[in-house]
Amino acid sequence: MTHEGLGAPRAASDSAGAAVVRLVKKTLVIAELEVRKLRHDATELVTRAVQPALWLLIFGQVFTRVRAIPTGNLRYLDFMAPGILAQSVLFIAIFYGIAIIWERDLGILHKFLVSPSPRAALVLGKALSAGVRSLSQAAIVYLLALLLGVRLNSNPGAIALVICAVILGAAFFATLSLVIASLVKTRERFMGIGQIMTMPLFFASNAIYPIAIMPGWLQVVSHANPLTYEVDALRGLMISGGSAAYGVGPDLGILVGATAVMTLIAARLFPRVVA
Amino acid sequence: MPIVETRNLSKRYGSSLAVKELTLSVESGEIFGLLGPNGAGKSTTLKMLTTLIPPTSGGALVGGCDIVRQANAVRRIIGYVPQLLSADGALSGFENLLIFSKLYEVPRAQRRARIEEALEVMGLSEFARKLVRTYSGGMIRRLEIAQAMVYRPKVLFLDEPTVGLDPVARQAVWERIGELRTAYGMTIVLTTHYMEEADDLCSRVGILHLGEMMALGTPAELKASLRVPDATLDDVFVNFAGTSLQTGGSYRDTRRARRTARRLG
Repeated sequence: MTHEGLGAPRAASDSAGAAVVRLVKKTLVIAELEVRKLRHDATELVTRAVQPALWLLIFGQVFTRVRAIPTGNLRYLDFMAPGILAQSVLFIAIFYGIAIIWERDLGILHKFLVSPSPRAALVLGKALSAGVRSLSQAAIVYLLALLLGVRLNSNPGAIALVICAVILGAAFFATLSLVIASLVKTRERFMGIGQIMTMPLFFASNAIYPIAIMPGWLQVVSHANPLTYEVDALRGLMISGGSAAYGVGPDLGILVGATAVMTLIAARLFPRVVA
Repeated sequence: MPIVETRNLSKRYGSSLAVKELTLSVESGEIFGLLGPNGAGKSTTLKMLTTLIPPTSGGALVGGCDIVRQANAVRRIIGYVPQLLSADGALSGFENLLIFSKLYEVPRAQRRARIEEALEVMGLSEFARKLVRTYSGGMIRRLEIAQAMVYRPKVLFLDEPTVGLDPVARQAVWERIGELRTAYGMTIVLTTHYMEEADDLCSRVGILHLGEMMALGTPAELKASLRVPDATLDDVFVNFAGTSLQTGGSYRDTRRARRTARRLG
């Protein structure tokens, strides 16, 4: 009989370094689970592609002709493509919490919570899962943008940073979603709140028009909205000739900070989902 | 030395006490059964012992560790199979075991061998690559027990392991549970409202009614205590709880049991 890795309680003797290694490992296991699910059933990736396609094809094409929105030296379609990428990431991530409620109803969540995994790893694992799912959206938006003649930046370094920005954006909104799920606890209430939230998050941001044309109060709201910084970073990285108003570095820094804070809150709250 | 020890363990939901001052100890290597109807407080007790919910008052030690202050240390030595069928339907049986072997830090070199052995013992080898959503209820239960075989906890908590299973599948699950104890020396704590299950499987039984422990002992002791010839555990239950095992239980529990039974087909 063997008990490797399970025998004596080691928690007390863990150094901070070992704790970080464990956090990273367990986070990756949870994300691996998501990748394996996607491998079994990829149809969702295709259906998810419809919405950004419609925004770019219909809204984007029309507003490019109208020239109603001041977008500086960028064509409107070039201006909005990063916004639509951020939007499709938001829509995937903000409903992630419902998966937790679903898993609670199935009893799966109980088993994760009973396993010797840091609560923060369970949260970050879900956040990273949302990031992985969002990468397929990024691929689709890039493809559509290419077909529509958007001037994309093909610098590999910039594309690598786009991937970072997309994962960070997804991670933030997925953890926010987990916090909401922990508070409302039922699917019906969550759907209601999720729908109420996506609209203001999307429109009170720089996704499809610059913040400068907003009334003062909405400018304040938009500056407090992490989506703004995700879009800003993407605009600086994705589009050739595009620039980030706040700088790519500060944008990504704000996303990292916001995700860290939200992860701490979610790790505190979400074990209560099973109570 | 007892491996599970509770002292005045209590849980209050609003104005109702789900578990009242429960004091019991389970010895290492035992199969201990918490017996009672729906709503008796069995699942709540298990959720406290598995660190899922904190007690309102009182406390418990599992493997010498406090379930609240040393929750992480407790999680390292326990396994839990919830009442609901809780394998992930969108993954294969093999993948379900693989993910949990990693979460439980089974050394990489042993993972594959342990998973294959567990699937073999549970009679699931030929379905290992099939998605769990195609499994029957009995197969899912066996997969969940296989999960415990892979990470080999010192104490395994099973909540109503055979609810909704047909008699053949139920018998198979009982045999597997017995094997876990003999092969790995696991201590097993299970809840049930089936008298045969308690009689057949458990070395000791605690009878729980409306959150209170009414009687505690081996099935034989409990039956003998009635001083009636051919007493069954059913008779014991009626004697101590003043009511039959088949009545009682909240709407929510009944609904959940039905839903589980439906999913099991």
